Amino acid sequence: MMILRRCGMLVSGALLITAAAGQASAQQTPDGAPAGWPEPVMDSQIFTFFMAERNEYQIDDDNQFYVWDAQGWIGGDYNKLWLRTEGEYVLDQGKLEAADLEVLYSRTITPFWDAQIGVRSTFEPAQAWDGVVGVQGLAPYFFEVEATAYVNDEALQFTLEGAYDLLVTQRLIAEPRVEVNLSTHDIERRDVVSGFSELEAGVRLRYEIIREVAPYVGFEYVRDEAAEDDKDSLRFVTGLRLWF
Amino acid sequence: MITRRRMLKTASTAGLLLAAQGLLPAWARNVAGAVPASGPRTGPHEFDLTIAETPITIDGRTGSAITLNGGVPGPLMRFKEGETVTIRVHNRLPEDTSIHWHGILLPFQMDGVPGVSFPGIRANSTFTYEYPVKQYGTYWYHSHTRLQEQLGHYGPMIIDPANPDPFAYDREHVIVLSDWMFEDPYRVFAQLKKMSHYYNFQKRTVGDFFEDIATAGLGATLKDRDAWGRMRMDPTDIADITGAVYTYLINGHGPETNWTGLFTPGESVRLRVINASTMSYFNVRLPGLPMTVVQADGQNVEPVEIDEFQIAVAETYDVIVRPESDRAYTLFAESLNRSGYARGTLAPREGMAAPIPPLRPRPLRTMVDMGMDMKDMDMGGMQMKDTAPPGMAGGGHAMPEGGRMDHAGHSSMGGHGAEHGGRVGSMMEEAGPIVARHGPDTHGPGNTTIAHVERNRLAEPGTGLEDVGHRVLVYTDLRSVTPFNQRPAEREIEIHLTGNMDRFMWSFDGKKFSEVKAPIPFRHGERLRLIMVNDTMMEHPIHLHGMFMELENDHGQYIPRKHTVNVKAGERMSLLITADAPGRWAFHCHLLYHMEMGMFRVVEVSPHEGRA
Repeated sequence: MMILRRCGMLVSGALLITAAAGQASAQQTPDGAPAGWPEPVMDSQIFTFFMAERNEYQIDDDNQFYVWDAQGWIGGDYNKLWLRTEGEYVLDQGKLEAADLEVLYSRTITPFWDAQIGVRSTFEPAQAWDGVVGVQGLAPYFFEVEATAYVNDEALQFTLEGAYDLLVTQRLIAEPRVEVNLSTHDIERRDVVSGFSELEAGVRLRYEIIREVAPYVGFEYVRDEAAEDDKDSLRFVTGLRLWF
Repeated sequence: MITRRRMLKTASTAGLLLAAQGLLPAWARNVAGAVPASGPRTGPHEFDLTIAETPITIDGRTGSAITLNGGVPGPLMRFKEGETVTIRVHNRLPEDTSIHWHGILLPFQMDGVPGVSFPGIRANSTFTYEYPVKQYGTYWYHSHTRLQEQLGHYGPMIIDPANPDPFAYDREHVIVLSDWMFEDPYRVFAQLKKMSHYYNFQKRTVGDFFEDIATAGLGATLKDRDAWGRMRMDPTDIADITGAVYTYLINGHGPETNWTGLFTPGESVRLRVINASTMSYFNVRLPGLPMTVVQADGQNVEPVEIDEFQIAVAETYDVIVRPESDRAYTLFAESLNRSGYARGTLAPREGMAAPIPPLRPRPLRTMVDMGMDMKDMDMGGMQMKDTAPPGMAGGGHAMPEGGRMDHAGHSSMGGHGAEHGGRVGSMMEEAGPIVARHGPDTHGPGNTTIAHVERNRLAEPGTGLEDVGHRVLVYTDLRSVTPFNQRPAEREIEIHLTGNMDRFMWSFDGKKFSEVKAPIPFRHGERLRLIMVNDTMMEHPIHLHGMFMELENDHGQYIPRKHTVNVKAGERMSLLITADAPGRWAFHCHLLYHMEMGMFRVVEVSPHEGRA
């Protein structure tokens, strides 16, 4: 309940920002057409997008997990409200290990890049808020990149994520993906250690039955510096990528 | 809004289906004898068009369409030059509609663009178009409202000349090419916005990579991938919407149905070819039958004999063929990216068919399309082999008539079993000449690439037709029969065609329509030079309403008049316009989804009624 209320608050706040930004560049019809005539083209539409990029079951020597990594946006060509959420649930222990939600205002700044600013609410392993600044887009050689800085009163954290689509066939696609997390300080209650704190590197092979629906299998290597004993984990993953 | 789901509900009655078939006009039926010969008008000068949702059948599958008098395409509107026509349009849709008379010179209030020339035709109301017919030729008409054109709202139009045509023929057929989808076009529109490559199933794969290494060598292949990767552009990006959702039609019939036009051996048959597609260019040919082009965009041109032509969206070409033998000929219209085809037959009798040629391998974009300066690039290996040929081999301009494009082995591009041999070298000099260089403005985040070098590509046959081994129509072939205005231009306007494929944004000068504050001003009576530079890597069919554009293709006073010009990737094109039509006119890319995304402007010729 608490979580839901907080999400609602976040989203409505960001909606306001996005609406204000949209207003600032409010599009004016070329003059001359009498009032009441329709727009000749529909080039200012608002679209929505949601993708569960990772929506998967993972298993290593010790544990089984459910992992999600989803994002979506609503907006026009230049201004968008962007949501990102990630989390991990340990199935054997019935425990939500990590979960967060980011609500960002996203602005198209160059042909391939969006600048983003907003907040992250972390629910697990501990309740926390961060300010978020980042860029997201397509780097040369078709690497999908997210580079994000998180600010709070305990530390400055950075996350760099990169992914690449390798077409085996038109529908069978291998996707290597790497995520690195860094931090300036330890934040013990949030399982964050200073310096290099976490690495995820994996490859997933998906089959796009239709573009929106793609089951996949793969492997992921996770290195978690904050883990007490077993810092390394090699996991088999299987999941279903979905978007609409 | 008419969504596909809602329409399908209305499409379920079998009785309605039969009715719809019966309503098809004679020229569009499965087997067409001929369009009634031109001559003095016998019918009235008044017409009624009813626009409604109607189920139609394409190759045995039922879908729901926006029909005109019950059919897709709509009825053949046949006028006579010099008369005044009255057309009452009854809108039976639950939403606004419109009809734009494509390429017709008329008072702007009759031009039919909602929000520009009139408010549109409201649901369940009637609008009466009335205008004098001041020209001759083959044209068409279509909705200018949202995506209605994609749902079947288009039809052909013929204006018989006041003076006889300067060429003879015994029989004529109308060939309306179009792209039909059973999906909801508004959904397709949204999919492109979310994932611009959604409909491209011809991308380069890991297999293509190794195949290229095998044929061109590792270094050259890596260089090629490096060039495209650095730009973040995909050379297989030929068409935004493909055969993955489209069924390509001739006169409303899919390839299976095989629309057949009859002829008697020995006759001259005039084919009035109209590309009424929303998004699809076609390569048109009749294997075994040369074609003589006599009209382009409704304007008579000096006859030129060819074997194939590429028709941009919204263009029309009239060709004459003379089938001598008692056999069938396939009328083959292959989509630009070769993901499908429209197919019909010309035959002496009903029920005959000729072999259907295989689809040729899909072409690839080139560094010329990207507007790259080849001098700055490594000329070795892959750049030449894989990326250079389509544009580079696009010659023909420097070659004698009939001898164009005869590079043995240069038949096709790219992976998928394309022939790779013998493509290195020899085509560099054949790209159109560089005529200008791009300025420092990169047109903002709505634009991905610029044409660093701007080429004159009028003598090139178009994407994928560089090496087909037979005669292909090029824009420099078009020479008007009659001389036109020789007044020099008093003013020059330069417009850049821009876009961002990754985000599916389309614009002029980096700004979509809703971002500009005022129309493009023309002064009534002035003579203008319109220069268009295509900074994107794909071709765009650009259409100006109300006035012809004279294509500066080096034929002096005989330069051809066009209502729609195909501006190739990286091209700098020059056109002359006499601003003799006061009013507000649309100017846009005729790829429907590009237009709706904002590749659209209003041109205002002032002064005009109600505006100084």
